[in-house]
Amino acid sequence: MGKTLFEKVWEAHVVDSVEGGMEVLYIDQHLIHEVTSPQAFQGLRDRKISVARPQRTLATADHNVPTKDQHLPIREELSRKQVQKLVENCDEFGVTLYGLGHPYQGIVHVIGPELGITQPGMTIVCGDSHTSTHGAFGAIAFGIGTSQVEQVLATQCLLLSRPKKMRINVEGKLAKGVLAKDIILYIISKLTAAGGTGYFIEYAGSAIRDLSMEGRMTICNMSIEMGARGGMIAPDKTTFDYVEGREFAPKGEAFEKAKDYWSTLYSDEDAQFDKEYHFKAEDIEPMLTYGTNPGMGIKVTDSIPSGSADQGETSFKKALTYMGLHSGEHLVGHGINYVFIGSCTNSRIEDLRLVAEFIKGKKVAQNVNAMVVPGSQQVRKQARAEGLDQIFIEAGFDFREAGCSACLGMNEDKVPAGEYCVSTSNRNFEGRQGPGARTILASPLMAAVTAIEGKIVDIREYL
Amino acid sequence: MEKIELLKSSCIPLPIEDVDTDQIIPARFLKATTKEGFGENLFRDWRYNRDETPKGDFVLNNSIYGGRILVAGKNFGCGSSREHAAWAIHDYGIRVIISSFFADIFKGNALNNGLLPITVDDSFLDHLFKEIEKDPNVEVEVSVPAQKVTILSTGESRSFELDPYKKMCLINGYDDIDYLLSLKDKIQAFELSKT
Repeated sequence: MGKTLFEKVWEAHVVDSVEGGMEVLYIDQHLIHEVTSPQAFQGLRDRKISVARPQRTLATADHNVPTKDQHLPIREELSRKQVQKLVENCDEFGVTLYGLGHPYQGIVHVIGPELGITQPGMTIVCGDSHTSTHGAFGAIAFGIGTSQVEQVLATQCLLLSRPKKMRINVEGKLAKGVLAKDIILYIISKLTAAGGTGYFIEYAGSAIRDLSMEGRMTICNMSIEMGARGGMIAPDKTTFDYVEGREFAPKGEAFEKAKDYWSTLYSDEDAQFDKEYHFKAEDIEPMLTYGTNPGMGIKVTDSIPSGSADQGETSFKKALTYMGLHSGEHLVGHGINYVFIGSCTNSRIEDLRLVAEFIKGKKVAQNVNAMVVPGSQQVRKQARAEGLDQIFIEAGFDFREAGCSACLGMNEDKVPAGEYCVSTSNRNFEGRQGPGARTILASPLMAAVTAIEGKIVDIREYL
Repeated sequence: MEKIELLKSSCIPLPIEDVDTDQIIPARFLKATTKEGFGENLFRDWRYNRDETPKGDFVLNNSIYGGRILVAGKNFGCGSSREHAAWAIHDYGIRVIISSFFADIFKGNALNNGLLPITVDDSFLDHLFKEIEKDPNVEVEVSVPAQKVTILSTGESRSFELDPYKKMCLINGYDDIDYLLSLKDKIQAFELSKT
C-alpha cells in the first residue's frame, strides 16, 4: 500500500517506538519565543542538563513585544522581564536569538519560512499552536506545550502518538476577491472547531496548488482552528522556487540534492486516509466569523444562523450574546471601528501588497482605527522599499513594527471592550484581542475594504 | 510530576462546549516565567467583572460547587498550545477533567502535569451533568489503574482509554523527559544514520 505525504515524513523521523504505540520522533527544527520557553529552560537548570542540539533551536521575541518604538525599553515591567529572560536563557544555553532590534526579528511563523529555515520534509515544532503554518512546505509542523519544549531542548525528540490522516481537497478556481483566508475559513465553518481533532490534514486539489506559498501558509496556519494537530501541502515547483536562494536554504549542489528528495514527498495514489473531504472553489465567497470560535463562520452574503450542529444552545447563545449579534442578522452594513491587518496568518509581504494596492488613493473612514502590522522586520523593510508604508500612512493606517500585536491581547495592542474588530488574525475567542473585544475574522481584502468604508461590505462589489 | 492514582471527589460542572485556552487563562496573564500561581487567574474573564468583583453566575464563584474534578462540555481546551492552561487548572486544585472530547495539545499538556483528562461518551456526560444538578455533592470516583470512572450515587461507571505508557507515568509521577534522556544513544545513532 502506498504512503501518504504525512507518513513519508513522519516515518523518516521515528527514532524508537514505545510499547503501547507511542513513538519517539526526531525534531529537525525547534523554534522558541519568550512566552512558552522560560519554564522549559528552568526545567533544564533544575535537572542540571544543557540543550542537546543548540544549533537546531532558533529563538525570537514576538508575542509580548510592543509594535511601536521597539528601540526603547519595553514599558510594561512583566513583559520587559519576560523578553529579557529569553535573552538570558539563549545566552546561557547557546541558542541563536533574533531578538528585538535584530533585522530578522518577527513572528516566529513568518521568519522561519522567509529565512529558508523551514524546508520540505522537516519536522518542526514550537510552543505555539500556529506552528502548523510551516506545513505549507510539506513539513510536519505542530504546536507543543512547554513540557514538550523542554523535551526538545533536552533531547531533540518528542514522545508522541501518531495522529490519524485526513485529506481535504479543494478543486476549481477561486472567484475574484476570494483569498486563501476565505478557503480556510470556509473549510473550518464546514468542519467545525473540533472537526480536525486527532488528525493531521493534507490539503490538496487544484485550488490549493494554484496558491502561492504565502496563501498556502495562511491555509495551514489555521489547521489548528479545527482542532487538527497540523496541516501540510505536498511540495512542488512553487515550494522549491520559494525556498531557493533564501538565507538558510541549501545552496548549489546541496539544493539540487535536497530538491530530488523533496520531489518524492507526496501522497501515493493508493495511499489511504482515515477521512477525506471534497470542496469546490466556486462555492467559496468572502467569509466572516460571527461567533466566538473560528468554526462560527458564514459567507458575506449569508445571515447569522439560528444554531450550530456541533454546539449546544447554551454555548451558541453565549457566543452571540458576547458578540452582540442576533440570529438572522446580516453582517454587511455592520459598523466597525477597529481593523487589524497582521498576525502569523496574514502579515506577509503579499498580504501587505494586496491591501496597499486596494487602498491606494483611498482614506480610512473617520470612525475606524486601522493598523497594519508586518509579520517581521524583513517584511517591514520590503514594504518600505516598495513604498507600501507611504500608501498605508497616507490612507490613515497605523504602520507598525513587527510582532504578534493585536492578535492575542497580550502586548500593548488591544481592542477595547465592546468594540468590533475586523481582523486578519486566526482566533475570535472571547477576549482574544483584549477583554470584551469582539473579533470578526476575515481576509486582508475584506479587512481593507472595511477600514475604508467604516462598515462591513462585500469586497467583490469594489473590485 | 505529582502522582495520580485514585481520586474521589465532588465535581465542578461547566456545561459549555469549545472552552478554549484563552478562556482558561487569558494571554495577558502569560507573562510569568515560572509555573506557579496561575490558578488565581483561572477562567479570569468568566470569573471576575472588569472591576475585579466576582461574577455571581460563574460556577467557580458558586459555593455549592467544589471539588477536584471539572466536568466540561465537548472540545475542552481548544485553541492556543499554552501549557499555562493546564498549570492554572492544576494550581486551582483540580486533578481530573471529564468531557466527551478534548483538544489534542491540551490533552497532552494535562497529562504532562499530572492532570488527567477523561473522555466519556455523550450520554454519560449528560447523565453526570444531571446528577450534579440534582445534587452538587454527588461524588465521582476515578481509578487510574482500573481506568474506570464511577458516579457513586448511581453506581454508573465507564472505563476510559489511557495510553499504557502515560498510565505508568501518572501512577508513578514520571515525566517524558526522564524517558527520552534514557534514549541518548538511540538518538545519536539516528542522527548518524541521517548524515
